[in-house]
Amino acid sequence: MDELDALFHGFAIALTWYNIGMMVIGIVLGIVIGVLPGLGGPNGVAILLPLTFTMSPTSAIIMLSCIYWGSLFAGAITSVLFNIPGETHSVATTFDGYPLAQQGRAGEALTASFTGSFFGALVAVLLITFLAPMVAKFALKFGPPEFFAVFLLTFCSFVGTGKDPFKTIISMMLGFGLAAVGMDTVSGELRMTFGWSELLRGIDFLIVVIGLFGIGEILLSMEEGLAFEGKSAKINAKVVLETWKKLPRYWLTLIRSAAIGCWMGITPGGATAASFMGYGIAKRFSPNGDKFGTGQLEGVIAPETAAHASGTAALLPMLALGIPGSATAAVLLGGLMVWGLQPGPLLFVEQKDFVWGLIASMYLSNIAGLIIVLSTVPLFAAILRIPFAIIAPIIIVVCAIGAFTVHSAMLDIWFMLLFGMVGYVLKKLDYPLAPMVLSLVLGDRAEAAFRQTMMGSRGELGVFWSNSLVGTITTLALLMLIWPLLAFAWRKIRERLAGETT
Amino acid sequence: MEQNSPPRGLSHGAMDAIAAACIFAVGVVMMVDNHRLGAGWASDGPESGYFPFRIGVILCAASLVVLLRSLFGRHRNHEIFVSWQKFKPVLLVLLPTAVFVLAIQFLGIYVASTLFIAAFMRVMDKSGWVKTLLVAVGVNALLFWMFEMQFMVPLPKGPLEALFGY
Amino acid sequence: MNLTLHKTCLAALIGCALTAPAQAQAQWQPTKAVEIVVPAGAGGASDQMARMIQSIVLKHQFMKQPIMVMNKGGASGAEGIMDVKDAKGDPHKLMVGFSAIYTLPIAASLPFNWRDLNPVAMIALDEFLLWVNSETAYKTPKEYLAAVKAAPPGNFKMGGTGSKREDHIITVALDKIAGTKFTYIPYKSGGEAATQLVGKHIDSNVNNPSENIAQWRAGQVRALCVFSGQRMVYKDKVTKDQSWADIPTCKDSGVDVEYQMLRGFFIPSGTSKDQVAFYADLLKKVVATPEWKDYLAKQALKDVFLTGTDFVKFLEKDETFHVKLMNEAGFAHKK
Repeated sequence: MDELDALFHGFAIALTWYNIGMMVIGIVLGIVIGVLPGLGGPNGVAILLPLTFTMSPTSAIIMLSCIYWGSLFAGAITSVLFNIPGETHSVATTFDGYPLAQQGRAGEALTASFTGSFFGALVAVLLITFLAPMVAKFALKFGPPEFFAVFLLTFCSFVGTGKDPFKTIISMMLGFGLAAVGMDTVSGELRMTFGWSELLRGIDFLIVVIGLFGIGEILLSMEEGLAFEGKSAKINAKVVLETWKKLPRYWLTLIRSAAIGCWMGITPGGATAASFMGYGIAKRFSPNGDKFGTGQLEGVIAPETAAHASGTAALLPMLALGIPGSATAAVLLGGLMVWGLQPGPLLFVEQKDFVWGLIASMYLSNIAGLIIVLSTVPLFAAILRIPFAIIAPIIIVVCAIGAFTVHSAMLDIWFMLLFGMVGYVLKKLDYPLAPMVLSLVLGDRAEAAFRQTMMGSRGELGVFWSNSLVGTITTLALLMLIWPLLAFAWRKIRERLAGETT
Repeated sequence: MEQNSPPRGLSHGAMDAIAAACIFAVGVVMMVDNHRLGAGWASDGPESGYFPFRIGVILCAASLVVLLRSLFGRHRNHEIFVSWQKFKPVLLVLLPTAVFVLAIQFLGIYVASTLFIAAFMRVMDKSGWVKTLLVAVGVNALLFWMFEMQFMVPLPKGPLEALFGY
Repeated sequence: MNLTLHKTCLAALIGCALTAPAQAQAQWQPTKAVEIVVPAGAGGASDQMARMIQSIVLKHQFMKQPIMVMNKGGASGAEGIMDVKDAKGDPHKLMVGFSAIYTLPIAASLPFNWRDLNPVAMIALDEFLLWVNSETAYKTPKEYLAAVKAAPPGNFKMGGTGSKREDHIITVALDKIAGTKFTYIPYKSGGEAATQLVGKHIDSNVNNPSENIAQWRAGQVRALCVFSGQRMVYKDKVTKDQSWADIPTCKDSGVDVEYQMLRGFFIPSGTSKDQVAFYADLLKKVVATPEWKDYLAKQALKDVFLTGTDFVKFLEKDETFHVKLMNEAGFAHKK
C-alpha cells in the first residue's frame, strides 16, 4: 500500500515537538474562535494567518488546520449552553443540545457532540488518506444543476410540515426573503435594498441566528420568571465515560451522518448544509425521531458528526485539485501561496512531505483536539452555574461583538436586536424558526445554482434529469419531500392488507 | 416591527393577527420591489425578481390565512399573550440592551459594555461594587486584549480608546 | 505590546522630524494598525495579493504599526468600496482596487466614483487569457471562435466571476468579433470558473493567470491567447513545454480584443498628501523586494508601478474605456 508508506512518512514529519506544540496552540485558538459567535473558521483562520508567515509550510498548515478543527469542535459549546450557535454549522446542534442543557445534561450533550465530531473527522480523514485521487474526480462532476440538486436534497430532507403548515411556510419564506436582500450575484442587480447602501451586503445568516436564538432566548427566559440563580449542571469527569457507554447505541446515526458529511464536504455543499441534512435524515429515519427537539443525544450527534466530517472532507478537493471545498479551505489555499507553495492538482506529486505531513497531522490533531475539548467539558458545564444576572449581560455583549465582527458593521448590531425581538414574538406565537434559518442559509446559493443552470440549459427544466448523477439526486430529493406521505400510505396499505388476511 | 409593549390584556389571538398583518406587509413590499426589477421568466431563465416576487406572494397568502384564522377561527386563543407582570422583566433586559447598542456608537463597545454589565449586575443581581467592577472591567479587559491586541480585529472604539492611541 | 510599539513610533516620529527634513521619507507615519480592505472574498486574487503584501511588510518591517487584511467582499465588493468611501479622513485604511471601481457603479448604480477616494499607487496590471479544456481540439482562438459560430447561438458556455464584471465585458467583446453569442454563466469566483472548466460544465473561461495556473500546470486546461498588446514577459517554463511568454496575443491571432485590469491601492478621501506619500513610499519598498518579483512571476502579473498624477491619468483613461465598454455591452443600470 503506497498510501500507508506515505502516511507513515507523514507521521515522521508531523511528529516533532515543535509541530505538536503548534497543534495544541492551534486547537486552543480554534476553540476560542469557535466559541465566539461571529468569528468562524474562515475569518478566524484568516485573522491568524499572519502568525504563520515565518514558519515552514508544513508547520504553518498544521497550525492553521488545527485552528479549523478547534473551531469545528467548539461551535457546539455555546449552542448547547446558551442556544447561541458559535459557528454556522452548529445551528442544528441547538435543536436538541439546548433542551439537554436545560435538563441539566449539558455535560452529556457536549461529550456526545465532541465525540460525534471526532468520529466524523476520523471517517473523513480515512477517506482522504486512501481514496483522495479517486474521490477528487467525483468533485469535478458537479456543475450548477448538481449543486442545485444537492441543496434541494438538503432542504427536502430537513423540512417537515410541523404543527401548523401555514406558519412553517411563512417562516421558510421569510428566510428565503431575507436571503434575497442585497446584490443578486447572477444578474448584478440590487434587490430590496431600497437605495440604502448599508443593505448592499445583505443580511447575514449569523446575525439573524444570533438575534433569533441568542437574544430571543434571553428575552424568553426573562419572561419565564427565570432562574436568576444558576442551573444545577452535573459536573464531574465521569460524565464523559457515562456518555461514551451510551454512544454505541447510536452507531447507525454516526455512520449515516459521517457519510452525509463526507459527501457534502467533497461536493462541496458545506458543513452547514451537511449538519442540517444530518439532523433531518436522523430525525426522519431514527426510531425515536418524533422525540427530536426535546433533548435527544442522537439529535446532537447527528448534526455535529456530519458537520465535522464535511469540514474535514472539504480539504480533499483542496489537496487533490486545488479547489477550495469550503470558505476556510479557500483561505488555506491563499496561505499556500504566501508560504511559497503552488496549490493545484500537482501538489500531491510535488509536495509529498507537505501533503502527507498534513494528512498525518489530521489524525493526531483530531485526537489531541478531542482530548482538549473533553477536558473542558466540566469547565463549560460550570458556566451554567453562574447566576443569570451576571451571565446574561456578558452573553449580550458577546453577541453584539459577534454580530459586529461578521461585517464590521454597526447596523448589524441593530439587526441583531431587531431579530431578537422578532424571535421572541414568533417563538411565542408558535412559528417554527428552524425552517427560516435553513432557507436563509441555502436560499441564495440554491437560487444562484438554479439560475446558472437555467442559463446553461436555456430555461429547460429537464436538465435536472439530464444525467444519472443529477437525476438520482433530484429524484431522491423529491422522494424525501413526499416521504411523510409515502410512509403514511405504506402504513395504510399494510393495515388494509393485514385487515384482509385476518 | 410588531413587538412594542402590548397593553394589558392583549390576547394571543390578537397578537397573532398583528404579526400576520406585519408579515403581509413584508410580502407586499417584496412583491412591489421585485416587480420593479422584473419578475418574469426570460429566455435565460428566471429574472432577478422571479423568486423573491413569488416568495412575497406566498407570504401574503399564508399570512392572510393565519390572519383570518386568528380573527374568525374556531380555535381562537383568548389567553393573554403576555401579562404586564411578565413583560416587565423582558423590558428590563430589552431597553437596557437598546441603550447599550446606542451607546456603542458614542462610547465604543468596550466602555459601553463595561457600563452595561455593571448596571445589569447592580440592578438585577444586587451584586456588591467590588464584584461588579471586577466582572465588568475584567471581561472587557479580556475582550480588548483578545480582539484588539491578539486577533487584531478592530471593534467599534470611542474617545477613551482614542486617548490611548487606538 | 502595542503600547510599547506606540511609544517607539512616537519616538521615531520625533526623531524623524528633528534630524532629516530633507530625507525622501514621508513625514507622516501611521499611529495605529493599518487595515488593508479587500473588496473581495478570502482566497481570491485580490485577497492573495493583499496577504502577500502584508507578509512582505511584516517580514521586512517596513512599518512600525501592525498591518491587517480585512475581507469585505459582500455585494461583489461593493461592501468594501462603500466602507472605504465612508471612512473619510481615515488614513489607516488602504483599499485594494481593481476594475470593479468603474464597473460596479455603472452596473448597479452604486453612488460611487473612484474620485471619492485618494489614489495611492498602481502596483501591477493583471492579464486575462482565453482558456479551453485541454481535452478539446481547439489550438487557436480563431479555431475556437469558428466552432462557436458554427454552432447555434448560445450553445457555447463561457464561465466567469460575476455578472457585468471584467469577464463578462470580454465575453461580450468576443461575441462581437465572432458574430455570435456565448451563454455567459456567472460563478462566484474565478477559482470556481476554473474548476467548472476542468469539469466541462463550461466550454471556456477568460480567467486571470493566477486563477487558472494550477489547472494549466496539471495539463487540464489550455491557454489560447492573452488579451493584451504584447506577450507576457515570463520565460520560465510553467507547464512541461510552455511558459507564459509562449502564449500568443489574441490580437496576433486575429481576435482583436485587449483588456487588462489594474491592481492598485487607494486610501479614503480627506487624507493629506503626506499620508498618500507614506503609502506610496511603502508600496514602492514592497515592489522592490525579491519576494514581490517572485510573486509577480508566479502570478504572471505585469510589472507596472504608477503613483501621483501618472496614476490619476491612468485611472481617467481606464475609466473612459470602461464606461464605453459597459455602455456598448448594455450593462448600464436601467432606471
